[in-house]
Amino acid sequence: MEEIYAKFVSQKISKTRWRPVPAGSLQTADTFATGSWDNEENRVSLWSIGDFGNLDSDGGFEGDHQLLCDIKHHGDVMDLQTLSVGQQWTAAHYHTSPGSLSCRSAPCTGVVCSNPEIVTVGEDGRINLFRADHKEAVRTIDNADSSTLHAVTFLRTPEILTVNSIGQLKIWDFRQQGNEPSQILSLTGDRVPLHCVDRHPNQQHVVATGGQDGMLSIWDVRQGTMPVSLLKAHEAEMWEVHFHPSNPDHLFTCSEDGSLWHWDASTDAPEKSSLFHEGGRSSIFLFHSISNQANVHQSVISSWLSTDPAKDRIEITSLLPNRTLSVNSLDVLGPCLVCGTDAEAIYVTRQLFS
Amino acid sequence: MAERRGPCGIGGFGPAGSTGGARAGSSLATGAEPEARARSFGGPANSRWLRLGAMEELDGEPTVTLIPGVNSSKKQMCFDWGPGEMLVCETSFNKKEKSETVPGCPVIYIIRKDVDVYSQILRKLFNESHGIFVGLQRIEEELTGKSRKAQLVRVSKNYRSVIRACMEEMHQVAIAAKDPACSRQFSSQVSILSAMELIWNLCEILFIEVAPAGPLLLHLLDWVRLHVCEVDNLLADVLGSENPRKHESFWKLVTILVLQGRLDEARQMLSKEADSSPTSAGMCRILGDLMRTMPVLSPGTTQTLTELELKWQHWHEECERHLQDGTFASSPHLESLCKIMLGDEAALLEQKELLNNWYHFLVTRLLYSHPTVKPIDLHFYAQSSLDLFLGGESSPEPLDNILMAAFEFDIHQVIKECSIALSNWWFVAHLTDLLDHCKLLQSHNLYFGSNMREFLLLEYASGLFAHHSLWQLGVDYFDYCPELGRVSLELHIERIPLSTEQKALKVLRICEQRQMTEQVRSICKILAMKAVRNNRLGSALSWSIRAKDAAFATLVSDRFLRDYCERGCFSDLDLIDNLGPAMMLSDRLTFLGKYREFHRLYGEKRFVDAASLLLSLMTSQIAPRSFWMTLLTDALPLLEQKQVIFSAEQTYELMRCLEDLTSGRPVHGEPDAQRLQVGAQSLSTAIEAEKLSKEGGQLLVST
Repeated sequence: MEEIYAKFVSQKISKTRWRPVPAGSLQTADTFATGSWDNEENRVSLWSIGDFGNLDSDGGFEGDHQLLCDIKHHGDVMDLQTLSVGQQWTAAHYHTSPGSLSCRSAPCTGVVCSNPEIVTVGEDGRINLFRADHKEAVRTIDNADSSTLHAVTFLRTPEILTVNSIGQLKIWDFRQQGNEPSQILSLTGDRVPLHCVDRHPNQQHVVATGGQDGMLSIWDVRQGTMPVSLLKAHEAEMWEVHFHPSNPDHLFTCSEDGSLWHWDASTDAPEKSSLFHEGGRSSIFLFHSISNQANVHQSVISSWLSTDPAKDRIEITSLLPNRTLSVNSLDVLGPCLVCGTDAEAIYVTRQLFS
Repeated sequence: MAERRGPCGIGGFGPAGSTGGARAGSSLATGAEPEARARSFGGPANSRWLRLGAMEELDGEPTVTLIPGVNSSKKQMCFDWGPGEMLVCETSFNKKEKSETVPGCPVIYIIRKDVDVYSQILRKLFNESHGIFVGLQRIEEELTGKSRKAQLVRVSKNYRSVIRACMEEMHQVAIAAKDPACSRQFSSQVSILSAMELIWNLCEILFIEVAPAGPLLLHLLDWVRLHVCEVDNLLADVLGSENPRKHESFWKLVTILVLQGRLDEARQMLSKEADSSPTSAGMCRILGDLMRTMPVLSPGTTQTLTELELKWQHWHEECERHLQDGTFASSPHLESLCKIMLGDEAALLEQKELLNNWYHFLVTRLLYSHPTVKPIDLHFYAQSSLDLFLGGESSPEPLDNILMAAFEFDIHQVIKECSIALSNWWFVAHLTDLLDHCKLLQSHNLYFGSNMREFLLLEYASGLFAHHSLWQLGVDYFDYCPELGRVSLELHIERIPLSTEQKALKVLRICEQRQMTEQVRSICKILAMKAVRNNRLGSALSWSIRAKDAAFATLVSDRFLRDYCERGCFSDLDLIDNLGPAMMLSDRLTFLGKYREFHRLYGEKRFVDAASLLLSLMTSQIAPRSFWMTLLTDALPLLEQKQVIFSAEQTYELMRCLEDLTSGRPVHGEPDAQRLQVGAQSLSTAIEAEKLSKEGGQLLVST
């Protein structure tokens, strides 16, 4: 089974992100960044998992990640993205008090960038669009959401997707004026907060979200306002969901309940099922489809949109050896995965598909 | 919710806290300076004294803590206890000059009790051991006998390996530290950790493994070898030299190897001596043979203890004979080795320096004179070894007392002494819990709180909750305290400062998982209040819905309605349009949702539906009286539509509503009332007109 290295780092980790490798290069990921939260002094740190194996003098073993550098960060780190930027924006998110002109800063809960554009969302329900070379926000949508925006991602430039704390998935088009979303998708009735969102890397209409009840929802944003399928997953908040960037039949989720799951929807089953049994780690899966989208064109059917549970099984593997405190963040790149927990440990594996 | 660090804003928090934190801490620290000890405040020992002071005699004198910058002889002091911290400040109380107002104290000092919680390296110990602790609690009760014992031993070893890892890191940091004071502090931490591991290991052998006569000594040998490990460096040093035999520490090394019972290695060293010096070759061979033939218990064989004892007696006599025959008379080194192997006390005590400490002396002595010592006899040998080794020159230190208590199988004394000597609760809490799982502590109940395990776990967890960041770990410890854990958690969890929603969600999840409805409500209310203050009504409403807080939902709904009256349009439609069943939470919220539905219907030009909804809002008494005027005004355009929308019956009801509203109000008075009057009149005429036209219409039809 894949080896997972754990390292305790004396700070609760809120975000982990790989440093992207240049497109088309054969290089594997070797550097990642982490952000901490709820510390008296929070930090953003850079780590390397380069091969120190033989050089390491103080007993560190191969694969253990080493701290490269870190920097103090004022406040909890809520989200991380990589981009070369020469400036910082303060007071991007704020609350206005009724009856006074004073502003209190509000937590910025999510950031996404697609060079040179940067989009941020916050607890103040505001969406900001920045450009790397502009001092001021290029576009601000005040009161974009009546509740807290939890996460943001690009759908296709210049459209973005946000999820909020009343279970809605909204699509915004920066070409449109005004502060109304171009589309609102939601689960009827429940208003279960959504905490994370990710878009299928190749099929841009396929979107995955994770909610407070630990459910994984797969949406087809081209049709309907309801998710294509709802999958019973974790026992508590799903903090992050990621399609594998180059192998999108694989999906990864992590949760407040301390678990990290690998969802495999690829159709080539034989060797996979052996892995499943050998590890003995995997758990039940419940595939529950709520609406049968029979009219989806066959040629674009993604394994995630398929709604026939008998035909396409999804294998779920739990990646962490034993349950710990909340797994707050994860990131995948190539064969590498990194995640960070409230138990102040960072887990790294470099053989996801071995 | 008061933020715990609230008072810091007044002045400087830190000086006291940090200096208090810089103490060397434990009296187990061998290198601790006396001055640092005097400053030691709190720690398990002191809070124990504070708790029990009135009931029980003191276990030791409480130490005095000096807070730098505070002069208690000049100023009156006031203080207040927190769960893990104490606030101290100077008061402006002044007996002599009452008139003169002295400016209040500029600084509030925060004095922390369990300073180890704030160590960056020890945090790893807390986090990693938390996982082990939780795993241990889940060990199934059905597991009995050997498999259970094996599992408990494995848990104990895991705990120890975490201590060791921590110790190694601390050691690295101590070496790397540039500031000598800093380095000294880390070194003292290393010695505390090392002492903790030493004690834990002994407890593991005696209480968890419960090794019987025979294997007991093997375990004790391993224990000593693990903790007196300088020999390995020496071994590498000597073997690495050009001519090991000529190395100045050659004999020292051989002696240590013999003292630790590492006879194979000692024999190899002797063979080197034999090779190079023909004069002593014979003697070396004889001693080597003695070493080789020493009977030892090998696990896995069916050899009985009696057989072993018999063989050993025989071997012992052979050694004795060689000594009396003067076989080694010409080589003092070899002769002294032979004496050691005979368990000769005087010869052993000559090697005091190499033995390092009395428990090494004890184990070596047992190895060469009582290899099949029974657990029950252990304390007798331990006491005499301690007495012999110290020789009345010095008195036993805390560590000695703890080990002695363990050798006496007095678990409670071990835990008590550790609580007094160590600077944190981590050790006693985890050790006691493990021993409790071994069913060793069940008979003992305290006359306060619950049993000892729970008492110590509660103390430890409270310490974690006092920490800015480690509070999440404390939750699981409270969970496994059956008696007082729940109530402690309830008290602590409400006091976690909620800086972001993300953090609040985590706290909420903890409460919801444990059905702590009261706390869930209070947290949601705090968040809803915050949202209202930030003018985020939608957020506030979501929070009050989550808390099922009808009163607050009513309050927020009123704000929405007020805003509507002021602006003439609704905000936060994405929420209000999607309330669903949550709308039933409070009447006002239902009204808000339904009223918005009316606007939607009206916007969609579904006038009949809109009209009946509007009317039902009033007749069912869902709409607040204060809002009826607005509703009636909303009815006006519907009445003015060309087609008939309100039926005759509905129109009468509308009239009745209007009458209800006007009759209940004073006719004269405030401008508000006047406006109402005007509005009512215009509405009244409109309705009359409508009625007439309808009646006319009906008349027309009937003729």
